[in-house]
Amino acid sequence: MFKKGLIILMALMLTGPALAKSGKNSIQVKGSDTMVNLGQAWAEKYMEENPGEFVAVTGGGSGTGFSSLISGTCDIAMASRSIKGKEISLANQKGINPTEIKVALDGLAVVVNPANPVSKLTLDQLAGIFTGTISNWKDVGGKDEKIVILSREINSGTHVYFKEHVLRKGNADGKEEFAQSALLLSSSQAIADEVAGNASAIGYYGMGYISAKQKAIAVAKDASSEYITPTIENVVDGKYPISRPLFIYVNGAPQGLVKKFIDFALYKEGQDIVLKTDFVPIIK
Amino acid sequence: MRKLKEFIIEKLILICGLASIFFVVLIFLFLLKEGLAVFSTVSPFKFLFGKNWYPISDPPQLGILPLILGSLLVTLGAAIISIPIGVGCAVYIAEVAPANLKEILKAGIELLAAIPSVVLGFIGMVTLVPFVKTFFHLPTGLTALSGSIMLAFMAMPTIVSIAEDALYSVPKTYKEGAFALGATHWQTIHRVMLPAASRGIVAAIMLGIGRVIGETMAVMMITGNAAVMPNSIFAPVRTLTATIAAEMGEAVVGSEHYFALFAIGIVLFIISFAINVTADLFLHKRQ
Repeated sequence: MFKKGLIILMALMLTGPALAKSGKNSIQVKGSDTMVNLGQAWAEKYMEENPGEFVAVTGGGSGTGFSSLISGTCDIAMASRSIKGKEISLANQKGINPTEIKVALDGLAVVVNPANPVSKLTLDQLAGIFTGTISNWKDVGGKDEKIVILSREINSGTHVYFKEHVLRKGNADGKEEFAQSALLLSSSQAIADEVAGNASAIGYYGMGYISAKQKAIAVAKDASSEYITPTIENVVDGKYPISRPLFIYVNGAPQGLVKKFIDFALYKEGQDIVLKTDFVPIIK
Repeated sequence: MRKLKEFIIEKLILICGLASIFFVVLIFLFLLKEGLAVFSTVSPFKFLFGKNWYPISDPPQLGILPLILGSLLVTLGAAIISIPIGVGCAVYIAEVAPANLKEILKAGIELLAAIPSVVLGFIGMVTLVPFVKTFFHLPTGLTALSGSIMLAFMAMPTIVSIAEDALYSVPKTYKEGAFALGATHWQTIHRVMLPAASRGIVAAIMLGIGRVIGETMAVMMITGNAAVMPNSIFAPVRTLTATIAAEMGEAVVGSEHYFALFAIGIVLFIISFAINVTADLFLHKRQ
């Protein structure tokens, strides 16, 4: 693993930017932090099967991926949200035509510390907690403790998705915002660590990050519906209410190496990797 | 021939001397060009005193008062911690410590300065943050206080080494004179040495504070980054620097958000400029 990485690194240094630009032998993949492990796993398997071809994967956030695609510094942008109108018009100005390809599904888990007695919430309660109108755990059946809200930084597609689909409940004209007191952490792992060590914290991230140190909340659409836990089966069935598609974006119709890589990601092998990295495949 | 050589060298040095000013002016002009564009959508008053920072909402709310106060609060906390310890440490090294201990302490201080800030931030995140949380019974340890303590570590090496130099450069005769008049060691230090070195010590403090206000990585990791009006040092804050670092990657080039981040850069520039000017004024008054 390490050796391979070293060889790739050296090859990249030797062949340098010329190759990255021409795209003959290597692909630059950039974007969503949620998808960086998935992209990395794809790249490793792909390079194993296609020696002599290089795939470099970097994170930075969905927005970072889009701006790199627009400025031509990457071939594939990974994104956990759809591209915005503003970004499309900016891309068109530069002669770039972003094409969306759905590659996987992701359930967003809402997590608390295992010591927290609360284990199920409705979407309304979640919206109340994250906008700050519910500020004490006792209002949702927990202890008399102040709720510590953890959110991802605003360059995260997960942040944007959660705001649009939980806080604003899909209403495009909604004005709801995260509470000002929400802590903005720079990675999903940072949220996982803080939840693991803080009994009054609540956070959210892709289900891949759930471990024994956090407890995933069962979520219901409204008070009269069933409470659903974020598991792969429930996301595939569409029962779990907070799940989202994951995309990759390329310029125009994929060609050459980029097409080959995307085909690899979309078929059996690639989708098996999706399942292994705790996301939900789009084909069964 | 010798004259020509002399001439060339003189001019080369002149160019080197002017280069730094030239670059500062260029940077400032670039900041102004990009940053002032934000004021076509939001008034300077609303920008500086607005209490809501929601840059990616539609329409964006671009008020940076919580960020300014966050930066100032963290810096103030760091100054309160690092100035007494730093100056005390400098006095001890320069005046009291035996020669061999002096060398060990100086090496230690230099080592502290050599630790990259991201490493300090990481250490703070896993050790200091949980400690602050349990010690003060707070809902979270990601607070301004944690940031202040960690930044104090970063300011200390600057303060100690420059203040110590200032103490060394006090003429030996001052000290001898004080002793000759029958002053004790402590009286000599606080009545003679400290006042005589005060200009250098103020410079040391100012440079230390300058380092703190511009620090980014460590504060981003341990202050929680909540853009809320800070009402206590035990609450999370979001600083100016962390905001630029966290959001620059996402900002769409040419958007209001992008210009607003450059305008924050101008504010930071003005704050550090003000710190330097105050230090300068103070020094010249003393002279």
